[in-house]
Amino acid sequence: MPSDSRISKVQELIYEIRVGEVMKTDPVTVTPQMPMSQLREILREKRISGTPVVKGDTLAGIISIEDFIKWLADREPDCPISEKMSKDVQTLYADEPLTQAVNKFEQYGFGRFPVIDRESQKLRGIITKGAIVEGLLRKLEIDHIEEEQVYRRRIKHFFEDILADRVSLFFRYEVAGQDFKRAGEGASRLKSSLRRLGLDPQIIRRVAIATYEAEMNLIIYTKGGRIRVRVEPQEIVVRVEDSGPGIPDVEKAMQPGYSTAPEWVRELGFGAGMGLTNIRKCASRMGLHSAVGKGTTLNIHIVVENGVTRGTEGIDSAA
Amino acid sequence: MKLKEIEKILGAEIITGAELREKNIEMACGSDLMSDVLSFMKSESLLLTGLTNLQVVRTAEMSDLAAVCFVRGKKPDREIIEMAESKNIPLMTTPLPMFESCGRLYQEGLSGCSEYKR
Repeated sequence: MPSDSRISKVQELIYEIRVGEVMKTDPVTVTPQMPMSQLREILREKRISGTPVVKGDTLAGIISIEDFIKWLADREPDCPISEKMSKDVQTLYADEPLTQAVNKFEQYGFGRFPVIDRESQKLRGIITKGAIVEGLLRKLEIDHIEEEQVYRRRIKHFFEDILADRVSLFFRYEVAGQDFKRAGEGASRLKSSLRRLGLDPQIIRRVAIATYEAEMNLIIYTKGGRIRVRVEPQEIVVRVEDSGPGIPDVEKAMQPGYSTAPEWVRELGFGAGMGLTNIRKCASRMGLHSAVGKGTTLNIHIVVENGVTRGTEGIDSAA
Repeated sequence: MKLKEIEKILGAEIITGAELREKNIEMACGSDLMSDVLSFMKSESLLLTGLTNLQVVRTAEMSDLAAVCFVRGKKPDREIIEMAESKNIPLMTTPLPMFESCGRLYQEGLSGCSEYKR
Protein backbone atom coordinates (compact mmCIF):
# COMPACT_ATOMS: atom_id res chain seq x y z
CA MET A 1 0.00 0.00 0.00
CA PRO A 2 1.45 3.43 -0.86
CA SER A 3 2.50 5.54 2.10
CA ASP A 4 0.08 8.43 1.48
CA SER A 5 -2.93 6.15 1.78
CA ARG A 6 -1.51 4.93 5.09
CA ILE A 7 -1.40 8.52 6.33
CA SER A 8 -5.00 9.14 5.40
CA LYS A 9 -5.83 5.88 7.17
CA VAL A 10 -4.25 7.27 10.35
CA GLN A 11 -6.16 10.51 9.90
CA GLU A 12 -9.34 8.53 9.55
CA LEU A 13 -8.53 6.54 12.65
CA ILE A 14 -7.96 9.54 14.92
CA TYR A 15 -11.53 10.60 14.19
CA GLU A 16 -12.85 7.09 14.55
CA ILE A 17 -11.11 5.88 17.71
CA ARG A 18 -12.39 7.18 21.06
CA VAL A 19 -10.12 8.32 23.87
CA GLY A 20 -11.60 5.57 26.06
CA GLU A 21 -10.28 2.88 23.68
CA VAL A 22 -6.61 3.77 24.01
CA MET A 23 -6.41 5.27 27.53
CA LYS A 24 -4.74 3.39 30.32
CA THR A 25 -7.44 2.25 32.73
CA ASP A 26 -6.85 1.86 36.47
CA PRO A 27 -4.19 4.53 36.53
CA VAL A 28 -1.96 5.05 39.53
CA THR A 29 -3.49 7.79 41.66
CA VAL A 30 -2.61 9.62 44.85
CA THR A 31 -4.78 11.30 47.50
CA PRO A 32 -4.67 15.02 48.27
CA GLN A 33 -3.57 14.27 51.85
CA MET A 34 -0.50 12.25 50.87
CA PRO A 35 2.74 14.02 51.84
CA MET A 36 4.96 15.27 49.01
CA SER A 37 7.86 13.24 50.38
CA GLN A 38 6.05 10.01 49.46
CA LEU A 39 5.51 11.03 45.86
CA ARG A 40 9.04 10.26 44.75
CA GLU A 41 8.75 6.55 45.58
CA ILE A 42 5.47 6.24 43.69
CA LEU A 43 6.75 7.98 40.54
CA ARG A 44 9.95 5.97 40.60
CA GLU A 45 8.37 2.62 41.31
CA LYS A 46 5.60 2.94 38.74
CA ARG A 47 7.92 4.61 36.21
CA ILE A 48 5.55 7.47 35.60
CA SER A 49 6.14 11.19 35.38
CA GLY A 50 2.84 12.37 36.80
CA THR A 51 -0.37 11.15 38.36
CA PRO A 52 -3.96 12.33 38.99
CA VAL A 53 -4.86 13.33 42.51
CA VAL A 54 -8.17 11.77 43.48
CA LYS A 55 -10.48 12.45 46.36
CA GLY A 56 -12.93 9.60 46.71
CA ASP A 57 -13.97 9.06 43.08
CA THR A 58 -13.51 12.58 41.83
CA LEU A 59 -10.52 14.21 40.30
CA ALA A 60 -9.07 16.89 42.57
CA GLY A 61 -5.95 17.79 40.62
CA ILE A 62 -2.83 16.48 38.95
CA ILE A 63 0.73 16.32 40.19
CA SER A 64 3.78 15.84 37.99
CA ILE A 65 7.47 15.24 38.38
CA GLU A 66 8.02 18.94 37.53
CA ASP A 67 5.92 19.94 40.55
CA PHE A 68 7.95 17.57 42.67
CA ILE A 69 11.30 18.92 41.43
CA LYS A 70 10.14 22.48 42.07
CA TRP A 71 9.17 21.52 45.63
CA LEU A 72 12.59 19.92 46.15
CA ALA A 73 14.44 22.89 44.68
CA ASP A 74 12.54 25.35 46.87
CA ARG A 75 13.58 23.29 49.92
CA GLU A 76 10.17 23.72 51.44
CA PRO A 77 9.03 21.59 54.37
CA ASP A 78 6.94 18.49 53.69
CA CYS A 79 3.29 19.23 52.93
CA PRO A 80 0.21 17.46 51.53
CA ILE A 81 0.16 16.98 47.75
CA SER A 82 -2.99 19.13 47.59
CA GLU A 83 -0.86 22.24 48.26
CA LYS A 84 1.45 21.68 45.29
CA MET A 85 -0.79 20.06 42.69
CA SER A 86 -2.35 21.85 39.72
CA LYS A 87 -6.01 22.26 40.52
CA ASP A 88 -7.09 23.66 37.21
CA VAL A 89 -6.88 20.32 35.44
CA GLN A 90 -7.38 19.88 31.70
CA THR A 91 -9.28 16.66 31.09
CA LEU A 92 -10.67 14.64 28.25
CA TYR A 93 -13.92 12.69 28.05
CA ALA A 94 -13.73 8.98 27.32
CA ASP A 95 -16.22 9.33 24.44
CA GLU A 96 -14.27 12.05 22.62
CA PRO A 97 -12.44 11.15 19.40
CA LEU A 98 -8.66 10.87 19.52
CA THR A 99 -8.30 14.01 17.44
CA GLN A 100 -9.44 16.01 20.50
CA ALA A 101 -6.67 14.46 22.54
CA VAL A 102 -4.08 15.16 19.83
CA ASN A 103 -5.19 18.83 19.74
CA LYS A 104 -4.96 19.13 23.51
CA PHE A 105 -1.46 17.67 23.61
CA GLU A 106 -0.43 20.22 21.00
CA GLN A 107 -2.19 23.11 22.71
CA TYR A 108 -0.96 22.57 26.28
CA GLY A 109 2.25 20.60 25.87
CA PHE A 110 1.38 18.39 28.85
CA GLY A 111 2.59 14.82 29.10
CA ARG A 112 -0.76 13.36 30.12
CA PHE A 113 -4.45 14.10 30.51
CA PRO A 114 -6.84 12.44 32.95
CA VAL A 115 -9.86 10.93 31.21
CA ILE A 116 -13.20 11.33 32.95
CA ASP A 117 -16.68 10.03 32.41
CA ARG A 118 -18.95 12.67 30.89
CA GLU A 119 -21.94 11.83 33.09
CA SER A 120 -20.47 10.88 36.44
CA GLN A 121 -17.37 13.10 36.13
CA LYS A 122 -15.43 10.23 37.71
CA LEU A 123 -11.87 9.42 36.71
CA ARG A 124 -11.80 6.58 34.17
CA GLY A 125 -8.19 6.53 33.07
CA ILE A 126 -5.23 8.48 31.81
CA ILE A 127 -4.00 9.17 28.30
CA THR A 128 -0.44 9.79 27.13
CA LYS A 129 1.08 10.34 23.69
CA GLY A 130 2.55 6.86 23.94
CA ALA A 131 -0.91 5.37 24.51
CA ILE A 132 -2.20 7.15 21.39
CA VAL A 133 0.63 5.84 19.23
CA GLU A 134 0.17 2.34 20.63
CA GLY A 135 -3.57 2.45 20.06
CA LEU A 136 -3.13 3.58 16.47
CA LEU A 137 -0.55 0.93 15.72
CA ARG A 138 -2.74 -1.78 17.22
CA LYS A 139 -5.70 -0.68 15.12
CA LEU A 140 -3.63 -0.45 11.93
CA GLU A 141 -2.28 -3.91 12.53
CA ILE A 142 -5.72 -5.39 13.19
CA ASP A 143 -7.09 -3.76 10.02
CA HIS A 144 -4.19 -5.09 8.02
CA ILE A 145 -4.58 -8.63 9.35
CA GLU A 146 -8.32 -8.54 8.69
CA GLU A 147 -7.80 -7.35 5.14
CA GLU A 148 -5.37 -10.15 4.55
CA GLN A 149 -7.66 -12.75 6.09
CA VAL A 150 -10.57 -11.66 3.92
CA TYR A 151 -8.34 -11.90 0.87
CA ARG A 152 -7.09 -15.35 1.84
CA ARG A 153 -10.55 -16.62 2.69
CA ARG A 154 -11.86 -15.42 -0.63
CA ILE A 155 -9.18 -17.17 -2.64
CA LYS A 156 -9.28 -20.29 -0.46
CA HIS A 157 -12.93 -20.85 -1.12
CA PHE A 158 -12.47 -20.28 -4.80
CA PHE A 159 -13.19 -23.91 -5.66
CA GLU A 160 -16.22 -24.15 -3.38
CA ASP A 161 -17.75 -21.01 -4.83
CA ILE A 162 -17.81 -22.27 -8.38
CA LEU A 163 -20.77 -24.46 -9.22
CA ALA A 164 -19.80 -27.05 -11.78
CA ASP A 165 -19.37 -30.78 -12.12
CA ARG A 166 -15.69 -30.25 -12.58
CA VAL A 167 -13.54 -27.22 -11.78
CA SER A 168 -9.97 -26.82 -13.01
CA LEU A 169 -7.49 -24.00 -12.90
CA PHE A 170 -4.87 -23.84 -15.63
CA PHE A 171 -1.51 -22.11 -15.42
CA ARG A 172 1.09 -21.95 -18.15
CA TYR A 173 4.73 -20.95 -17.91
CA GLU A 174 7.13 -20.55 -20.83
CA VAL A 175 10.71 -21.68 -20.26
CA ALA A 176 13.64 -20.59 -22.43
CA GLY A 177 16.46 -23.11 -22.97
CA GLN A 178 19.96 -22.38 -21.59
CA ASP A 179 18.62 -19.42 -19.62
CA PHE A 180 20.18 -20.19 -16.25
CA LYS A 181 19.51 -16.73 -14.88
CA ARG A 182 15.79 -17.29 -14.98
CA ALA A 183 15.91 -20.98 -14.12
CA GLY A 184 13.28 -21.73 -11.51
CA GLU A 185 11.17 -18.69 -12.20
CA GLY A 186 8.29 -20.78 -13.48
CA ALA A 187 8.36 -23.07 -10.45
CA SER A 188 8.64 -20.05 -8.18
CA ARG A 189 5.62 -18.32 -9.69
CA LEU A 190 3.66 -21.54 -9.56
CA LYS A 191 4.57 -22.01 -5.91
CA SER A 192 3.38 -18.50 -4.98
CA SER A 193 0.10 -19.08 -6.80
CA LEU A 194 -0.55 -22.39 -5.08
CA ARG A 195 0.17 -20.76 -1.74
CA ARG A 196 -2.46 -18.14 -2.43
CA LEU A 197 -4.93 -20.90 -3.11
CA GLY A 198 -4.30 -22.06 0.45
CA LEU A 199 -3.05 -25.54 -0.38
CA ASP A 200 -1.30 -27.71 2.16
CA PRO A 201 2.34 -26.53 2.42
CA GLN A 202 3.67 -30.09 2.01
CA ILE A 203 1.68 -30.57 -1.22
CA ILE A 204 2.93 -27.22 -2.49
CA ARG A 205 6.48 -28.24 -1.66
CA ARG A 206 6.18 -31.47 -3.64
CA VAL A 207 4.72 -29.67 -6.66
CA ALA A 208 7.39 -26.95 -6.44
CA ILE A 209 10.34 -29.35 -6.21
CA ALA A 210 9.08 -31.58 -9.03
CA THR A 211 8.36 -28.58 -11.27
CA TYR A 212 11.72 -27.01 -10.49
CA GLU A 213 13.61 -30.18 -11.43
CA ALA A 214 11.61 -30.48 -14.64
CA GLU A 215 12.23 -26.81 -15.42
CA MET A 216 15.97 -27.34 -14.91
CA ASN A 217 15.82 -30.23 -17.39
CA LEU A 218 14.18 -27.97 -19.99
CA ILE A 219 16.89 -25.37 -19.49
CA ILE A 220 19.82 -27.80 -19.47
CA TYR A 221 18.86 -30.16 -22.27
CA THR A 222 16.37 -28.44 -24.58
CA LYS A 223 15.88 -25.24 -26.52
CA GLY A 224 13.00 -24.48 -24.21
CA GLY A 225 9.45 -25.55 -23.62
CA ARG A 226 6.42 -24.95 -21.50
CA ILE A 227 5.02 -26.00 -18.18
CA ARG A 228 1.29 -26.44 -17.96
CA VAL A 229 -0.35 -26.95 -14.62
CA ARG A 230 -3.89 -28.10 -13.96
CA VAL A 231 -5.13 -27.62 -10.43
CA GLU A 232 -8.27 -29.45 -9.38
CA PRO A 233 -9.61 -29.98 -5.87
CA GLN A 234 -8.34 -33.57 -5.79
CA GLU A 235 -5.27 -33.50 -8.01
CA ILE A 236 -2.55 -31.29 -9.42
CA VAL A 237 -1.07 -32.24 -12.78
CA VAL A 238 2.10 -30.63 -14.07
CA ARG A 239 2.78 -31.26 -17.77
CA VAL A 240 6.23 -30.32 -19.04
CA GLU A 241 6.72 -30.31 -22.79
CA ASP A 242 9.55 -29.48 -25.15
CA SER A 243 10.16 -29.93 -28.85
CA GLY A 244 13.47 -31.71 -28.76
CA PRO A 245 16.03 -33.15 -28.91
CA GLY A 246 14.25 -36.02 -27.10
CA ILE A 247 15.63 -38.81 -24.91
CA PRO A 248 17.12 -41.80 -26.81
CA ASP A 249 16.82 -44.24 -23.88
CA VAL A 250 14.04 -43.32 -21.46
CA GLU A 251 14.66 -46.31 -19.21
CA LYS A 252 18.31 -45.36 -18.78
CA ALA A 253 17.41 -41.71 -18.18
CA MET A 254 15.18 -42.80 -15.32
CA GLN A 255 18.06 -44.56 -13.53
CA PRO A 256 19.33 -42.65 -10.49
CA GLY A 257 22.76 -41.17 -11.20
CA TYR A 258 22.60 -41.54 -14.96
CA SER A 259 23.42 -38.21 -16.56
CA THR A 260 24.47 -36.72 -19.86
CA ALA A 261 24.88 -33.25 -18.41
CA PRO A 262 27.95 -31.22 -19.41
CA GLU A 263 30.43 -30.09 -16.79
CA TRP A 264 29.14 -26.50 -16.56
CA VAL A 265 25.75 -27.81 -15.42
CA ARG A 266 27.39 -29.84 -12.66
CA GLU A 267 29.15 -26.72 -11.46
CA LEU A 268 25.73 -25.17 -10.88
CA GLY A 269 24.74 -28.00 -8.55
CA PHE A 270 22.68 -29.97 -11.06
CA GLY A 271 23.22 -32.60 -13.69
CA ALA A 272 23.98 -35.47 -11.32
CA GLY A 273 21.29 -37.64 -12.78
CA MET A 274 18.92 -37.21 -9.86
CA GLY A 275 16.31 -34.96 -11.47
CA LEU A 276 13.84 -37.56 -12.72
CA THR A 277 14.36 -39.65 -9.59
CA ASN A 278 13.46 -36.62 -7.48
CA ILE A 279 10.42 -35.89 -9.57
CA ARG A 280 9.22 -39.47 -9.21
CA LYS A 281 9.71 -39.22 -5.45
CA CYS A 282 7.51 -36.11 -5.26
CA ALA A 283 4.82 -37.42 -7.61
CA SER A 284 1.92 -39.73 -6.91
CA ARG A 285 2.21 -40.86 -10.52
CA MET A 286 4.54 -39.91 -13.35
CA GLY A 287 4.62 -40.47 -17.08
CA LEU A 288 7.53 -39.79 -19.44
CA HIS A 289 7.18 -40.00 -23.20
CA SER A 290 9.93 -39.05 -25.59
CA ALA A 291 10.73 -39.28 -29.27
CA VAL A 292 14.20 -38.39 -30.53
CA GLY A 293 14.05 -35.36 -32.79
CA LYS A 294 10.48 -34.61 -31.77
CA GLY A 295 10.44 -33.90 -28.09
CA THR A 296 9.58 -35.01 -24.60
CA THR A 297 6.45 -34.86 -22.50
CA LEU A 298 6.57 -35.39 -18.76
CA ASN A 299 3.38 -35.70 -16.75
CA ILE A 300 3.58 -35.31 -12.99
CA HIS A 301 0.45 -36.16 -11.00
CA ILE A 302 0.17 -35.17 -7.38
CA VAL A 303 -2.93 -36.33 -5.58
CA VAL A 304 -4.35 -34.06 -2.91
CA GLU A 305 -5.74 -36.43 -0.33
CA ASN A 306 -7.84 -33.99 1.66
CA GLY A 307 -8.95 -31.93 -1.28
CA VAL A 308 -7.51 -28.56 -2.18
CA THR A 309 -9.91 -26.39 -0.24
CA ARG A 310 -9.31 -28.19 2.99
CA GLY A 311 -5.62 -27.36 3.06
CA THR A 312 -4.17 -26.58 6.47
CA GLU A 313 -4.69 -23.14 7.95
CA GLY A 314 -1.02 -22.64 8.68
CA ILE A 315 0.15 -21.11 5.45
CA ASP A 316 3.52 -19.65 6.30
CA SER A 317 3.82 -15.99 5.63
CA ALA A 318 7.14 -16.15 3.82
CA ALA A 319 6.64 -15.03 0.25
CA MET B 1 18.76 -23.94 17.72
CA LYS B 2 18.33 -20.30 16.86
CA LEU B 3 19.94 -18.68 13.82
CA LYS B 4 21.89 -16.33 16.08
CA GLU B 5 23.44 -19.32 17.90
CA ILE B 6 24.53 -20.78 14.56
CA GLU B 7 25.99 -17.38 13.67
CA LYS B 8 28.06 -17.55 16.86
CA ILE B 9 29.17 -21.18 16.57
CA LEU B 10 30.35 -20.69 12.99
CA GLY B 11 31.74 -17.20 13.55
CA ALA B 12 29.50 -16.33 10.62
CA GLU B 13 28.42 -13.04 9.17
CA ILE B 14 24.77 -12.59 8.26
CA ILE B 15 24.57 -11.20 4.72
CA THR B 16 20.83 -10.73 4.63
CA GLY B 17 17.93 -11.51 6.95
CA ALA B 18 19.54 -10.28 10.18
CA GLU B 19 16.05 -9.53 11.48
CA LEU B 20 15.39 -13.29 11.44
CA ARG B 21 18.15 -14.04 14.00
CA GLU B 22 15.55 -15.47 16.38
CA LYS B 23 14.34 -17.96 13.77
CA ASN B 24 14.44 -21.57 14.87
CA ILE B 25 16.59 -23.97 12.88
CA GLU B 26 15.62 -27.57 13.47
CA MET B 27 18.35 -29.34 11.49
CA ALA B 28 21.06 -28.88 8.90
CA CYS B 29 22.63 -30.43 5.84
CA GLY B 30 25.83 -29.76 3.93
CA SER B 31 25.78 -30.20 0.15
CA ASP B 32 26.93 -28.71 -3.12
CA LEU B 33 24.54 -30.83 -5.10
CA MET B 34 21.21 -29.05 -5.34
CA SER B 35 19.42 -32.16 -6.57
CA ASP B 36 20.38 -33.90 -3.33
CA VAL B 37 19.14 -30.92 -1.35
CA LEU B 38 15.81 -31.02 -3.20
CA SER B 39 15.60 -34.75 -2.67
CA PHE B 40 16.27 -35.22 1.00
CA MET B 41 16.42 -31.96 2.89
CA LYS B 42 13.42 -31.24 5.05
CA SER B 43 11.68 -27.90 5.39
CA GLU B 44 12.89 -25.50 8.10
CA SER B 45 16.47 -26.68 7.88
CA LEU B 46 19.79 -24.93 7.29
CA LEU B 47 21.79 -25.57 4.11
CA LEU B 48 25.57 -25.31 4.26
CA THR B 49 27.07 -25.06 0.79
CA GLY B 50 30.13 -23.99 -1.14
CA LEU B 51 28.05 -22.97 -4.16
CA THR B 52 27.11 -19.32 -4.58
CA ASN B 53 24.73 -19.14 -7.51
CA LEU B 54 21.07 -18.26 -7.98
CA GLN B 55 20.13 -21.92 -7.99
CA VAL B 56 21.06 -22.20 -4.33
CA VAL B 57 18.45 -19.61 -3.39
CA ARG B 58 15.91 -21.13 -5.78
CA THR B 59 16.50 -24.52 -4.23
CA ALA B 60 16.08 -23.06 -0.74
CA GLU B 61 12.85 -21.45 -1.88
CA MET B 62 11.40 -24.64 -3.37
CA SER B 63 12.36 -26.77 -0.39
CA ASP B 64 11.15 -24.23 2.21
CA LEU B 65 14.61 -24.12 3.80
CA ALA B 66 15.08 -21.90 6.85
CA ALA B 67 18.46 -20.39 5.91
CA VAL B 68 21.60 -20.83 3.80
CA CYS B 69 25.19 -20.56 5.01
CA PHE B 70 28.07 -20.30 2.52
CA VAL B 71 31.27 -21.97 3.71
CA ARG B 72 34.95 -21.01 3.28
CA GLY B 73 34.16 -17.29 3.33
CA LYS B 74 32.31 -17.29 0.01
CA LYS B 75 30.00 -14.39 -0.69
CA PRO B 76 27.23 -14.35 -3.29
CA ASP B 77 26.59 -11.57 -5.84
CA ARG B 78 24.19 -8.70 -5.28
CA GLU B 79 21.59 -10.37 -7.51
CA ILE B 80 21.57 -13.50 -5.35
CA ILE B 81 21.32 -11.51 -2.15
CA GLU B 82 18.40 -9.56 -3.55
CA MET B 83 16.55 -12.72 -4.49
CA ALA B 84 17.06 -14.18 -1.01
CA GLU B 85 15.84 -10.94 0.49
CA SER B 86 12.66 -11.02 -1.56
CA LYS B 87 12.03 -14.62 -0.51
CA ASN B 88 12.76 -13.96 3.17
CA ILE B 89 15.60 -16.47 3.23
CA PRO B 90 18.51 -15.46 5.49
CA LEU B 91 21.98 -15.84 3.97
CA MET B 92 25.21 -16.03 5.95
CA THR B 93 28.86 -16.74 5.33
CA THR B 94 31.41 -18.48 7.53
CA PRO B 95 35.19 -18.56 7.11
CA LEU B 96 35.17 -22.26 8.15
CA PRO B 97 35.37 -25.00 5.53
CA MET B 98 32.43 -27.37 4.99
CA PHE B 99 33.57 -30.26 7.18
CA GLU B 100 34.40 -28.07 10.14
CA SER B 101 31.19 -26.05 9.86
CA CYS B 102 29.10 -29.22 9.89
CA GLY B 103 31.20 -30.74 12.66
CA ARG B 104 30.87 -27.77 14.97
CA LEU B 105 27.11 -27.51 14.54
CA TYR B 106 26.67 -31.26 15.04
CA GLN B 107 28.82 -31.13 18.15
CA GLU B 108 26.60 -28.38 19.53
CA GLY B 109 23.56 -30.61 19.09
CA LEU B 110 22.06 -29.62 15.74
CA SER B 111 20.55 -32.71 14.05
CA GLY B 112 21.07 -33.89 10.52
CA CYS B 113 18.12 -34.11 8.13
CA SER B 114 18.07 -37.91 8.04
CA GLU B 115 17.94 -38.43 11.81
CA TYR B 116 15.60 -35.62 12.74
CA LYS B 117 12.24 -36.71 14.17
CA ARG B 118 9.43 -34.21 14.43
